[in-house]
Amino acid sequence: MFDDRSPIYHQIAESIKNDILSGELGADEQVMSTNQYAAYYRINPATAAKGFQQLVDEGVLYKRRGIGMFVSPDARDMLLAQRREHFFADVVEPMVAEARVIGIPLDDVVARIHSLKAEESA
Amino acid sequence: MSGIEIQNLTVRYPGDVTAIDDLTLKLEGGKIYGLLGRNGSGKTTLMSLIAAYRRVTEGTILVDGQEPFENEELTQHICLVRDSGDVVVDGDSVKGTLRRARRFRPYWDEEFAQRLLDTFQLPSKRGVAKLSRGQKSALGITVGLASRAPLTMLDEAYLGMDAPSRYAFYDILLEDYIENPRTIILSTHLIEEVGRLFEQVVIIDRGRLVVHDDTDSLRMRGAAVVGPAVAVDDFTTGMTILGEQRLGGTKSVTVYGEIDPDARAVAADWGLELSPVALQDLFVHLTKGDPA
Repeated sequence: MFDDRSPIYHQIAESIKNDILSGELGADEQVMSTNQYAAYYRINPATAAKGFQQLVDEGVLYKRRGIGMFVSPDARDMLLAQRREHFFADVVEPMVAEARVIGIPLDDVVARIHSLKAEESA
Repeated sequence: MSGIEIQNLTVRYPGDVTAIDDLTLKLEGGKIYGLLGRNGSGKTTLMSLIAAYRRVTEGTILVDGQEPFENEELTQHICLVRDSGDVVVDGDSVKGTLRRARRFRPYWDEEFAQRLLDTFQLPSKRGVAKLSRGQKSALGITVGLASRAPLTMLDEAYLGMDAPSRYAFYDILLEDYIENPRTIILSTHLIEEVGRLFEQVVIIDRGRLVVHDDTDSLRMRGAAVVGPAVAVDDFTTGMTILGEQRLGGTKSVTVYGEIDPDARAVAADWGLELSPVALQDLFVHLTKGDPA
């Protein structure tokens, strides 16, 4: 589940964000408690709490005192906007750079995108 | 509860051996600590002193503000399970071992102890001498956890246990810690297996403190810089280099220390890849040198 590439708390936050993006966690839905999460994934509860706190700070989750943590109503829209903003810088530009390095003409890349688009609308 | 303050602790053994060398360390109560060090680094000596098995002669150790040695009230609240068998004794039976612990341990949970015996499939009537290496360890862990001591120390408590039993141990430890928070110190060589259970890590080497930090922060303190050899060399000049590897024109240099956002931008610009280092690798780098 977790790897060594970034802090564990960060990976926890990312995985919950992914669940929200995929729709697995809906608006105002309660998320696992940090303790449940820690026990389930075999991590220190303080580390799990740090990941959840990051999401609260970012406005992705909100706390209800004595009850638990819930998905903010606008969390999904917010995350989608963030991902869209990063899409070109994180995905498209590296892809173009890689295509150049290995000698794939950009026209070929564009043609492939068009054919994928045609398949989708077929 | 059960915070530990160690000031300028030194332990010398006959023959000019310094087991602990001017160690100063403060551990807050209520966390799970990983105590890491190579063989002979002083881990066991340190835990034995905290558990009042030995008298402190140079420096001080305070547990909850008191010296543990010959402090009967305090030592009831400190439980150390170590390999050399003071909790698990050969002449005893499984049942007898639990009976002794129950008498001495004010927070003993019998139901939990029985559950642990079941989990580890320990026959309660069997003599300790007839248990396998792994079963003895499991019995030690049973006593260590069911004691619910506010300060619980497990010194390589998993020896001889197979992977499923070890994972059962980690799961139960974590679950029980969540329900009954206390200070837990685990010494281990299986860093990859248990690293994620630690809130903080303490690394000692040759009796000296090398690192005490949050586990996540420590992991982020190391980085592997990978890319074209010339650029990697340029980038890492002046940094603390823990190790390097070269494959053709590509080089990987492991550095220790924070890399600020400016430096990260430079790395990206130069086509260098920065990746965190596994806890185990950091540990190896930080403690290598002559074997003790």
